[in-house]
Amino acid sequence: MTTSPTAIPPDQPDQPGEPDRPDARDREPVVAMTGITVTFPGVKALDGVDLRLFPGEVHALMGENGAGKSTLIKALTGVYAVDAGTIVVDGTARTFAGPAQAQAAGISTVYQEVNLCDNLSVAENVMLGHEVRRAGLVDFRGTRRAAREHLRALNLDIDPASTLSSHSLAVQQLVAICRAMVVDARVLILDEPTSSLDVDEVERLFAVVRDLRGRGVAILFVSHFLEQVYAISDRMTVLRNGTLVGEYRTADLPRVELVQKMIGRSLEVLEQLEEAPKRVAAERGVQPYVQALGLGRKGSIEPFDLDVYPGEVVGLAGLLGSGRTELARLLYGADRSDVGELRVEGQPTRLRTPRAALARRIVYSSESRKTEGIIGDLTVRENIVLGLQAERGWLRRIPQRKADEVVAQYVEQLGIRPADPDAIAGNLSGGNQQKVLLARWLATQPRLLLLDEPTRGIDVGAKAEIQRLVAELAEQGMAVVFISAELEEVLRLSHRIAVMRDRRKIGELVNGDDVTTDDVVDLIASGGQDA
Amino acid sequence: MNLGAIARHRLFWPLVALVLLLVASALKSPAFLEVTVRDGHLFGGPVDILRRSSVLLLVALGMTLVIATRGIDLSVGAVMAIAGAVALSQIAASPDPGALSTVLLAMATALAVALAVGVFNGFLVAVVGIQPIVATLIFMTAGRGIAMLITGGQITTVTSAPYKTIASGYWLGLPVAALIAAFVFGVTALLTRRTALGVLIESVGINPSASRLAGVRARTIIWTVYVICAAFACIAGFIKSSDIMAADSNNAGLFIELDAILAVVIGGTSLAGGKFSLTGTLVGSLVITTLTLSITILGIPVNAVSLFKALVVIAVCLLQSPVVQHRMRSRRRRVAPVPVEVPA
Repeated sequence: MTTSPTAIPPDQPDQPGEPDRPDARDREPVVAMTGITVTFPGVKALDGVDLRLFPGEVHALMGENGAGKSTLIKALTGVYAVDAGTIVVDGTARTFAGPAQAQAAGISTVYQEVNLCDNLSVAENVMLGHEVRRAGLVDFRGTRRAAREHLRALNLDIDPASTLSSHSLAVQQLVAICRAMVVDARVLILDEPTSSLDVDEVERLFAVVRDLRGRGVAILFVSHFLEQVYAISDRMTVLRNGTLVGEYRTADLPRVELVQKMIGRSLEVLEQLEEAPKRVAAERGVQPYVQALGLGRKGSIEPFDLDVYPGEVVGLAGLLGSGRTELARLLYGADRSDVGELRVEGQPTRLRTPRAALARRIVYSSESRKTEGIIGDLTVRENIVLGLQAERGWLRRIPQRKADEVVAQYVEQLGIRPADPDAIAGNLSGGNQQKVLLARWLATQPRLLLLDEPTRGIDVGAKAEIQRLVAELAEQGMAVVFISAELEEVLRLSHRIAVMRDRRKIGELVNGDDVTTDDVVDLIASGGQDA
Repeated sequence: MNLGAIARHRLFWPLVALVLLLVASALKSPAFLEVTVRDGHLFGGPVDILRRSSVLLLVALGMTLVIATRGIDLSVGAVMAIAGAVALSQIAASPDPGALSTVLLAMATALAVALAVGVFNGFLVAVVGIQPIVATLIFMTAGRGIAMLITGGQITTVTSAPYKTIASGYWLGLPVAALIAAFVFGVTALLTRRTALGVLIESVGINPSASRLAGVRARTIIWTVYVICAAFACIAGFIKSSDIMAADSNNAGLFIELDAILAVVIGGTSLAGGKFSLTGTLVGSLVITTLTLSITILGIPVNAVSLFKALVVIAVCLLQSPVVQHRMRSRRRRVAPVPVEVPA
């Protein structure tokens, strides 16, 4: 592997006053990891990787799924034992036996999936393990007061006594950060903190992050959203396949180059995607495959009309919580509608269960891969044939050979890595789990594919592949409903866009060359009044 | 497969415990492991273990499937009592207790009642959404009362040759009870591994909501395992009551739910649900039965029986636990010769 000239050689001494870290030039790194190697049975997850974090900087850790980002974080926080290499914190070589020790040394982590206790109060979550005590007993009032102060420090004005689950995911994420800061962390690791946040919430999170940076905290930021990385980070370390590609100043590294370094191959995939002409409504069938007439569910989504034609991609645009997922769940029978009518191929149909939808060749890929998608302990093979098997019923087991054929076909077509049908699905990276899910649904040969955030939290390469697949499937005559928080993605893929706000469908746009994200945003902002 | 891999196998320590118990019993009483042929029937310690473990194995097989769906069934002991009560009451009330048709009819009635209990349990868990431990607690406590009502508060005894055969008969030299258990084991294995039922049960146990969204009839599957579990407990109830030719509503299958849960856990099926192992449950049942038998042979004082049983179970569970396994492996690694440092 050749190192690009912009890369800083890992062993180069830290020159005071060098121009690449304006905020931290005269300081020693608070964390310096050198030559980190972590081996799992059969795989080298990390091979000689370096990472330096300076006080008062936001450092982005970049790489595709499976590049070793999570492993590196876990090596730093003591979740994984390091097979080779040194971790120096504040000038002292350290080995942490677990996250608790790392936290005691001032290194706090906020994980991708919010790791809090839903049923406890906000105050209890923030102060868990650091409750204010009086005479050995927990002083709940004092604890709440302390929690309120910590929340204030992050400009979070919520009632500490309220139950955590009563707040949105975004607020929960901020509570998680607040919890991490209770111990006066000097290093804060944010692993995909924005993957379930909408634009405003991200801005709110970033305000907190900038504030912490100003206070001299070193922040390690992991995200798949390039825009966000460029908006917030000062420097970045790029990993690929468990090895170090290099350390760069964010301002010095154009996006295109970054992506190239991350995926380690030519930009063909990406360019194709960017240049692909906008897909405008063209040859669609005469009869909609599904037709919702005033379909709705109390407390979930207001009655809406929607037609989806074969060969058409209908995008659902809207902010988080605008009812996109709820709409898709009604079309799949995951939730039952209480008003309105659903017609499948012109026939009035009541979908009472997902299985009923499956029988009508309607499938839904959930936005929550872990909790509603993958069956973690089962193998890739078992996960892929699960949909087919569910449709056939338990009595008619899919013959081994048939299963092998189906699995081999989709593992190849979707490029699932590792290409081992017997691998435990829960051990795959996010992007590959997503592909396994897609394979499960494609194997049932659906006529209508409901995709809820299929590209969230997965790397650029996988994302491009999934987008291309969606386009291809539609060309072959499949009806697709595509949900994504990224408006660009929705615009790029959809023929028609249904715009959602506040659990209501507020309008519909026919996509065309003249339609831009601004139009969609305007429609959302106006609430569909003038549309 | 090398030794280390064998030692790491899920069933290694349960099997070691089984062998140790057998060896200890044989040392104490050398005739224990002898198998002799009398009247064309096999007799001896091992045959006795097989015969006696049949009841536990039947209950534990059903329990395995229930546990695999993240559930638990505490009502199995009570179902055993009800099965015995229904079957024996009907036989006792019939004009011809010795007729095969009477016995078969009585067993069919008992099975129908047991299935009804299973349907009720499954309904509470799968449809109403009551936690399994609470839902099955209802019949665990009420079931014995129902059995008492059926027998009129008496211990019903009967004389019926065909019914006696279930527990005491022999076929092809082997005890009928063991053959019944083996048959049920075989059927369960076929049912779960030759059809897709096994993988669907596991899928529901690992992630119920994902399974439902994948189109799996999670509710039906959960319901089914409680019905299966009750049916197997019913068969165990037949063997138990046939053994003493009496329906003892108070004591039939008392605390067997705990032994069954233990057998499942020793067999390596997690109480958290998901992956299950029928072979593991078989081994677990054999360990617990052998343990109960060897306590008598080793002459352990009656007062200390529960303690001894608990110690063996704790030892097996500890040795199986991931934490201990990990510790032992890293210790072994530490003892291994230190690799020569390679100069940089």
